[in-house]
Amino acid sequence: MNNESSKFKVQSSKLIFVGGFVILFLILTAIFAPLMAPYDPKEQNLYEGLNTPDHKHPLGQDRLGRDILSRVIYGSRISLIVGILVVGISSTIGVTIGSISGYVGGKVDEIIMRFCDIVLAFPGILLAIAIMSVLGPSLNNVIIALCAMGWVSYTRLIRAQILSLREREFVVAVDSLGGSSSRIILRHLLPNVISPLIVEATFGMAGTIIAEAGLSFLGLGVQPPNPSWGSMLNEGRQFLLIAPHLTIFPGLAIMITVLGFNFFGDGIRDLMDVKNK
Amino acid sequence: MRNYIIKRFLLFFPVIIGVMTLVFLIIHLIPGDPVELMLGENAQISDKEKLRSELGLNKPIIDQYLTFMINAFKGDLGRSIYSQKPVFTTILERFPATLELTLCAIFAALIISLPLGIIAAYRQYSIFDNGSMFLSLLGISIPNFWLGPLLIILFSVMLGWLPVAGRGGISHIILPSITLGTALSSILSRMTRSSMLDSLKEEYVTTARAKGLSENTVVIKHALSNAMIPIITIVGLQSGALLSGAIITETIFSWPGIGRLTIQAINTRDYPLLQGCILIISLSYVVVNLITDILYAYFDPRIKYE
Repeated sequence: MNNESSKFKVQSSKLIFVGGFVILFLILTAIFAPLMAPYDPKEQNLYEGLNTPDHKHPLGQDRLGRDILSRVIYGSRISLIVGILVVGISSTIGVTIGSISGYVGGKVDEIIMRFCDIVLAFPGILLAIAIMSVLGPSLNNVIIALCAMGWVSYTRLIRAQILSLREREFVVAVDSLGGSSSRIILRHLLPNVISPLIVEATFGMAGTIIAEAGLSFLGLGVQPPNPSWGSMLNEGRQFLLIAPHLTIFPGLAIMITVLGFNFFGDGIRDLMDVKNK
Repeated sequence: MRNYIIKRFLLFFPVIIGVMTLVFLIIHLIPGDPVELMLGENAQISDKEKLRSELGLNKPIIDQYLTFMINAFKGDLGRSIYSQKPVFTTILERFPATLELTLCAIFAALIISLPLGIIAAYRQYSIFDNGSMFLSLLGISIPNFWLGPLLIILFSVMLGWLPVAGRGGISHIILPSITLGTALSSILSRMTRSSMLDSLKEEYVTTARAKGLSENTVVIKHALSNAMIPIITIVGLQSGALLSGAIITETIFSWPGIGRLTIQAINTRDYPLLQGCILIISLSYVVVNLITDILYAYFDPRIKYE
């Protein structure tokens, strides 16, 4: 068992290291995009449209002759901004509602949980597609639509954690000493749910980046000329047979980023499991 | 068991009504005039009024809601603005294509994931185990809107083996099924591995080995058959989720199912059709989940309703 546990620990640490490296690289790329990108991502050069990769443009050029490498680099900003804002807002809403639901219980819990069931009845990004189709495509609307479907998983997670924690001795003790509900939730319950919340948020980042790119791919998200990986794939789809490089590189960026977050999340979760065992 | 099914049904109806209400609210209460969205800002006022009256949008919102709910329960989801055909009939015509794609995706996912998961569990911590688990993480991380075009580039453009798009014979469904089923196969291979790991440690497996049965019989007949319950549950729950993935997959491969119809409805601003598509996809998902839950309780009597 000890041998198995240490093998598990080493594997988890590797996952965290690789995932962390990818995430750090993404953050640095997003921050230093103007320094890293060789060209202006919106600069057009119609004479060089659909050019394949060469020494001047290592990832080639799109329909309007814009440099794909520069657009991929700037695209990281949209993915990161959407990811951080959606995960930040959704988790704040989820933690607040989930804490109330789990701690208060009774009818309040029942109503909140039934509402969660209704939101969860929309598979995948269907709810976001529905909202975007009415709100219209824009970055702000993408964030609103993804938050509208994202808060539920955090609510259910926090509620389940609070439900199991609220009967523990340390909570009962504070309660019997006259501690207020808000004090019990903020000071005693929430610090104990941070670890699963971090894991959920890490996977949430991966899911949000894919969802944003998916909406942009369908033409419902970030609109050209702003460089978003999803909208680049959407543009590339029209030239799939003659210029596959338009599709390959933005997709590769999405996959590596999402893989990084999934590695990181998997590593932390596995490490926590070992600790719990 | 009977109590569980009754309680599960009692929870099912409020969710159905809730989904219908939410779909109605999204289309009707979000800022902006739906008629203006459909016809454009520069449309004639008389045309706008005519459409508003046809869709019943000039009535109080409560009346609109009640009419929508009563008609929806009767199977009347209105008429498509674009084709003027009943929405329900239009969706029903497209449903077989989506069902065919979803079932083929599940089949593709199962034939990839089961062997991977079983061998990974049997050789835990081996190179094969690590490799297959890396592949499954890769599968979850590859967005289907990238995988689909990549498969087209490789198998249709470079090799010329399979058609680029459309619905036809078996050759047409291979690429869309793999595109849609890859994420599911990743989830299933991880589930199979962990379920098999638990199963291989059980006493009945030790007993089977002690009886002198071959390893194949022990693994397939004794361990796998017991590990199948959670695997089947995941297949059930995820098959509903595939309906959402089908929107993107059908768009990539021009597959004539509900997913592509949804995007067409958005592009043509056909709100009655869009409302119907979202409703039918969500309701199918809820029904599939209900059936999965009941089957799960039936196959594993230890499950109790809490």
